[in-house]
Amino acid sequence: MSARAQAATAARSEPAALAADPILTVEHLTMRFGGLLAIDDLSFSAERGQITAVIGPNGAGKTTVFNCLTGFYKPTEGMITMRHADGASFLLERMDDFRIARSARVARTFQNIRLFPGMTVLENLLVAQHNTLMRASGYTLAGIFGLAVYRKAERKAVERARYWLDKTGLLERADDPASDLPYGAQRRLEIIRAMCSQPLLLCLDEPAAGLNPAESDELNRLLRDIRDHHDTSLLLIEHDMSVVMGISDFIVVLDYGEKISSGSPHFVRNDPKVIAAYLGIDDEDAGTGGAP
Amino acid sequence: MEYFVQQLINGLTLGSIYGLIAIGYTMVYGIIGMINFAHGDIFMIGAFVALIALIAIGLTAGAGLVIVILALLLALLIAMALTAIYGWTVERFAYRPLRTSFRLAPLITAIGMSIVLQNFVQVTQGARVKPLQPIVTGGYEIMRTTTEHGEFIVLVSNIQILIILTTVLLMAVFALIIARTPLGRAQRACEQDRTMAALLGINVDRTISLTFVIGAALASVAGLMYLLYYGVIDFFIGFVAGIKAFTAAVLGGIGSLPGAMLGGLIIGLIETFWSAYFTIEYKDVAAFSILVVVLIFMPSGLLGRPEVEKV
Repeated sequence: MSARAQAATAARSEPAALAADPILTVEHLTMRFGGLLAIDDLSFSAERGQITAVIGPNGAGKTTVFNCLTGFYKPTEGMITMRHADGASFLLERMDDFRIARSARVARTFQNIRLFPGMTVLENLLVAQHNTLMRASGYTLAGIFGLAVYRKAERKAVERARYWLDKTGLLERADDPASDLPYGAQRRLEIIRAMCSQPLLLCLDEPAAGLNPAESDELNRLLRDIRDHHDTSLLLIEHDMSVVMGISDFIVVLDYGEKISSGSPHFVRNDPKVIAAYLGIDDEDAGTGGAP
Repeated sequence: MEYFVQQLINGLTLGSIYGLIAIGYTMVYGIIGMINFAHGDIFMIGAFVALIALIAIGLTAGAGLVIVILALLLALLIAMALTAIYGWTVERFAYRPLRTSFRLAPLITAIGMSIVLQNFVQVTQGARVKPLQPIVTGGYEIMRTTTEHGEFIVLVSNIQILIILTTVLLMAVFALIIARTPLGRAQRACEQDRTMAALLGINVDRTISLTFVIGAALASVAGLMYLLYYGVIDFFIGFVAGIKAFTAAVLGGIGSLPGAMLGGLIIGLIETFWSAYFTIEYKDVAAFSILVVVLIFMPSGLLGRPEVEKV
């Protein structure tokens, strides 16, 4: 076992926080880009119905984990399992990107917002419901002739979009081009677009980046609401510890592609290794030893 | 004046055919940013399939109106279905494997596919010109004037009415698909951000395939119209028509669907008017010169959006 691997196994985690009903299990995930080891033997799981946060300093490998989850990258090693409540399970690392969204029902947002800028706000939300609508439109024919089956499905889709727009205060902007929205609204739109695809797991990549404190609070309310009322578990990346502490149920801390700690916000906040990674204190000074 | 009106009608007819083909170029460019040089030959395949279908149906010139309409409709459906299969196949086997390759690779393959399709038809159907007896005949006289050279009659033939009406109808259906159906939304989504579309559960490969299928079906309609209008086709018609339609797509702003239609009409009108008032030999020069002038002053075409740098 290499020194690095030893360090990974030596990472402290709170025993009580071990997931009992995980929706997502990442086991021995390793991602190598040529000579660069971006993720090194990472294992963690996200509990169903909770908000799990992956935090860590810049370059710790957080986004790489997300990219492996959503089919962007094929991991070098490891297994990523998504378990639905009905018992169905999916090995994400083996699936095509669109199937991860469609069958495994994992959705994600990006650090730099990726809306469809040329489409209206409402259309962005309808694209997210593509598969339901496509089926209802009889693969387009019923859609051309405006048959009742399709019109009903479309009404339902618009209704769902309206629900989320109303919740995030974007209802009045529904017919504006998505690119015309202010930054904070675009962030919210990206999140509710992901929600319109009815995911069971929603992965958010730095959702609070660039938001002012008021917008940040609003975001926290939205995320809690999603967790509590919509049968969707959340996995979020945050760079900023202070944002994440307020809403997370469970936190995984990465540094240099390895898990250095995991547990409840309280546990993680007080873990000397986490403090060391964030503040740059020598490991010796932090009194943990064992780290390379 | 009368002469002008007649040329206008002729130009609109020709422009409709170009417009239908141009849609295929512009759609494919919009969604995967590639010029499908084989598209003109897909149009040619459409014309041949329509010819074979019409001969197989055994329509004769003296048939009644209802029979003619039914026969044409049947030939149209057969041509659309079979040509769509050609379009799908070309994409699946020649373009998809190269989609992640460097930019020039699919372009070269497209030229290769164009040659393959031309030679395929040349070998299987022969190189000689294939005639079709006029099926849609007659027309309406809309103006008449007497000049010192004799009488001049402005005539709209039934086939011209058929071509323009079919084009308008297809454009309407097509615009509806793009604007209002899930398929259209998926196409626009793939056009803007393919990765994000996939992350929302859209099958990007299938959406691209369907784009080729729709483009090929529209081209086959143009093929049938061309066949009925000119009465003769050969394996090489796809080249010139393809280049013209491509020019139309660029003129209108490649990637823009109304632009393709507008470009088609403009190219058709320029060609017709140039032939009518100047020399028929230089009609292509005129059409391409207009393209050059427009592109100098409007690099993204008449209705195209300026290129936005993607992050």
